[in-house]
Amino acid sequence: MSAVGIGALRARAVARQASGNVSHVWRRSIHLRVVVTTLLLSLAVVVILGYALLSRVTAGLLDASERSAVDEARAAQSDAQTQINAAAQTDAVSLANLLNQITDELATRAGSPPRYQVVLLRSSASLSNVQTQFQSGDVNPASVPSALRASVQASNLESYTFTEIRYLDTTPAVPGLVVGAPLNVPGLGTYELYYLFPLTFEQDTLNLVQRLLFIAGAVIVLLLGAIAWLVTRQVVSPVRMAARTAERFSAGRLEERMAVEGEDDLSRLATSFNQMASSLQRQIRQLEDLSRVQRRFVSDVSHELRTPLTTVRMAADVLHENRAEFDPATARAAELLQTQLDRFEALLSDLLEISRYDAGAAVLDIESIDVRDVVRRVADATEPLAQRRMAEVRLDLPKQRCLVEADPRRVERILRNLFVNAIEHSEGRPVDVRVRGDHDAMAIVVRDHGAGLRPGEASLVFNRFWRADPARARTTGGTGLGLSIALEDARLHGGWLEAWGQPGDGAQFRLTLPRRAGVQMASSPLPLEPPDARADRRVPLSVGGRVRTPDA
Amino acid sequence: MRARVLVVDDDPALSEMLGIVLRGEGFEPVFCADGVRAMGVFRETKPDLVLLDLMLPGQGGIDVCRQLRAESGVPIVMLTAKTDTVDVVLGLESGADDYIVKPFKPKELVARIRTRLRRESSPAPERLAIGNLVIDVAGHLVTREGQPINLTPLEFDLLVALARKPWQVFTREVLLEQVWGYRHAADTRLVNVHVQRLRSKIEHDPEKPEIVVTVRGVGYKAGVTPSS
Repeated sequence: MSAVGIGALRARAVARQASGNVSHVWRRSIHLRVVVTTLLLSLAVVVILGYALLSRVTAGLLDASERSAVDEARAAQSDAQTQINAAAQTDAVSLANLLNQITDELATRAGSPPRYQVVLLRSSASLSNVQTQFQSGDVNPASVPSALRASVQASNLESYTFTEIRYLDTTPAVPGLVVGAPLNVPGLGTYELYYLFPLTFEQDTLNLVQRLLFIAGAVIVLLLGAIAWLVTRQVVSPVRMAARTAERFSAGRLEERMAVEGEDDLSRLATSFNQMASSLQRQIRQLEDLSRVQRRFVSDVSHELRTPLTTVRMAADVLHENRAEFDPATARAAELLQTQLDRFEALLSDLLEISRYDAGAAVLDIESIDVRDVVRRVADATEPLAQRRMAEVRLDLPKQRCLVEADPRRVERILRNLFVNAIEHSEGRPVDVRVRGDHDAMAIVVRDHGAGLRPGEASLVFNRFWRADPARARTTGGTGLGLSIALEDARLHGGWLEAWGQPGDGAQFRLTLPRRAGVQMASSPLPLEPPDARADRRVPLSVGGRVRTPDA
Repeated sequence: MRARVLVVDDDPALSEMLGIVLRGEGFEPVFCADGVRAMGVFRETKPDLVLLDLMLPGQGGIDVCRQLRAESGVPIVMLTAKTDTVDVVLGLESGADDYIVKPFKPKELVARIRTRLRRESSPAPERLAIGNLVIDVAGHLVTREGQPINLTPLEFDLLVALARKPWQVFTREVLLEQVWGYRHAADTRLVNVHVQRLRSKIEHDPEKPEIVVTVRGVGYKAGVTPSS
C-alpha cells in the first residue's frame, strides 16, 4: 500500500476518533449543549438583525444624496442648454470652446473640494475634428457606464445610476452616483452632460456603521454565551452533585445525604432524596440485623437441639439393641422409634444447612480435588443401595486427572444426592455417570432410565420439599431438601446444577463446576440433554434448573 | 481388662446415657461435669481414653484439651455440635485425635473408641529415617540430631506410615484407614489438620514443608531423605 494511502487511512481513523470523542462529550454534557445552542441561536439572530439594520441605514443615506444630486444636475443641464441656445457661434471650434467653457464653469460651482465632477460626452461618433469629450478635473470619462449612456440617449430625460468613479491619475476609484441628461448643441449634434458625485462620505459612514455592528454583535453573542453558561451552571451543579451523592449511596455508603439549600425545586429534590436514602438505610440495617439474629438463632438452635437429641438417639439405640427381650408390640415400637429418629435427625441436619444458606452463613472450604475420586467414593458408598434396587451404576471417567478447586464435602454431598435419586428412580435399569472437563469447567452427569420427569417438573424438582410422587415411600428416609441443598452447594461454588427429563425416558442431572474458584463459566463440557434421549417428542420435554445466573 | 473412658460433658442426661452405652459395650466409664475439675479427675482416674464435650461451662473444652495434651498422649475424642471447619480445626489443633458430631450413632462412637484404643499395641522393633529425623518405632521416639521431638501417638503413627514407604503417595482416605483405622468414609479434614500439626513440630519451615510433602489433588508423601 502506498504511503499516501496509509496516510489517508490514518487521517480517516483520526478524524473518526475525533468525531467520536466530540459526540461523546456532546451527549454527556447538558452544559455544553445549552451553551453551544445559545451561541448559535444568538449568532443567527444578531446576524439577521445586523443585516436589516445595515440596509436601512444604507437606504436612508443614499436617498438623501440621490435627491440633491438629481436636482443639481437638472439645474445645471437647463443652464447649459440655455447658454448653448443663446450662443451665436456656429462653427465647430468655437462651439467646442463654448462647451469647454461651460464645463469649466459648471465644475467651479462644485466648490472645493469638488462635490462633483462634470463630463460632457458626444452621443454619436463624430466628425474627425470635433472634440467628443470634455471633463473637469482628472475624472476618467470612461466611468460613465454605457447602460446609463444608452438610457440618456434613448429617453431624452435625466437618468442616474450608481457606479464606480475612476480617475486618470493615481487617485483610487470610489463608489459614486452619476446623473446624466442630454444636451442639444445645434451644429455639433447631441451631447450628454454627466454629473459624477463621489459618495466617499456615505461609504465611510457605512463602513463605520458596519464595523460597529459587527463588534456589538460579537460582544452580544459572547455575553449571551457566558450568561447561558452561568445560568445553566446554577441548575446543572446541583444535579451533578445529586448524581454523585446517589452514586456514593448506591456504592454502599448509606449515610450519604444531599445538602439542602433554600426552598426551590432543587432543594425539594434534595429533601426527597434524603428521605428516600434514610428509609433505605433503615431498611437495610433492619435486614442486616434480622440476618444476624437469624444466624445466631441457627447456631443456638443447633447446639441446643443436638445434645438432647443425642441422648434420645442413644436411648433408642439401646432399646433397639435389646428389642428381642421385649414383647412384639414393644419391640416394634423400638424399631419404629429407631427409623423415625433417623429421619428426624436427617431432617434437622438438612434444615439447619438450608437456614445457613438463607442467612448467607455458608462457607466454602476449597481444596484441590480430583472429581473422579469423589465419584468413585460416592459410587462405593451407594453400592449397597444400588444392589438392593438392582440398578447397575456405570461410570464413564476420563483417563486424565480431573482437578477442580472445590469443597470436597459439598461436592460429595451433591453427588451422593444425585446418585441416590437416580438409583431410587432407576426402576431396575442402569444408571450412567459421566465426567468430562474442558479448560474452564468440569461436568458430571447422572442419568437414570426410569419414569422420567413430566413437563415443567425439571425446574420444580429443586424446590424445597417437592416430591415427584407424594405417595411414594422413601426407603432411605429422604427429607425432601436434598436437591435444594445440592443446588445451593453448586451455587456456592459459582457452578450450575440442572435437570432434564422426559416422561418414560428417565432423567439426567448435570453438575457443572468451574475448575478454578471464582471463574465465570460460559458453557458446560457436557450437554444437558443426553445423547441417547429418545428422538420422538410426542410429549414435550422438561428442562430446568435455575442456577444459570448467580443471583437468579 | 476393661478400658476406662473418662466422659467430660455437662449434660447429665447425655452423660448418663453415654455411661449406659459404654458399660453395655464393656468399657468402664467415669464422669466429670465441668472443665475446671477435669484435670483433677483425669490424674486421679488415669483413663485409657477421654470423651470431651467442646462446649463446657467454666473452662471450655478447647482449654481442657490443651491441658490434657500437655500432660499426656491419651487418645482424646471430641464431642461437638458444630460442624464448621473453623471449629473442627480448632478442636483438632488443640490436641484432639478425632471428633464426632452430635447427634451421633452410638455404634459409630463405640467403633471409633475401639479403634483408638486398639492402636496402643506395640509393634516390632524398627528404626526409620525421614528427612533428618530418626524414628524408633517400638520406643515411640522421634529424634533430630539426638534431640527428641514430642509427638502425640497419632502424629507419630502418621509420620511412621509416611516414612515406611517414602516413595509412595498416600491419599487422605488411605491415611485415614491406616493411621486412624477408619475404613469407611470419615472426615478428611482430620488428615489435613494432623499433617499441619505434624509439620509445625518437625519442619524447619512449616510453610515450605520438606519432610511431609503435599502432592496436589492426591495427598501426601515423605520428602526426599538425604542419604546419610
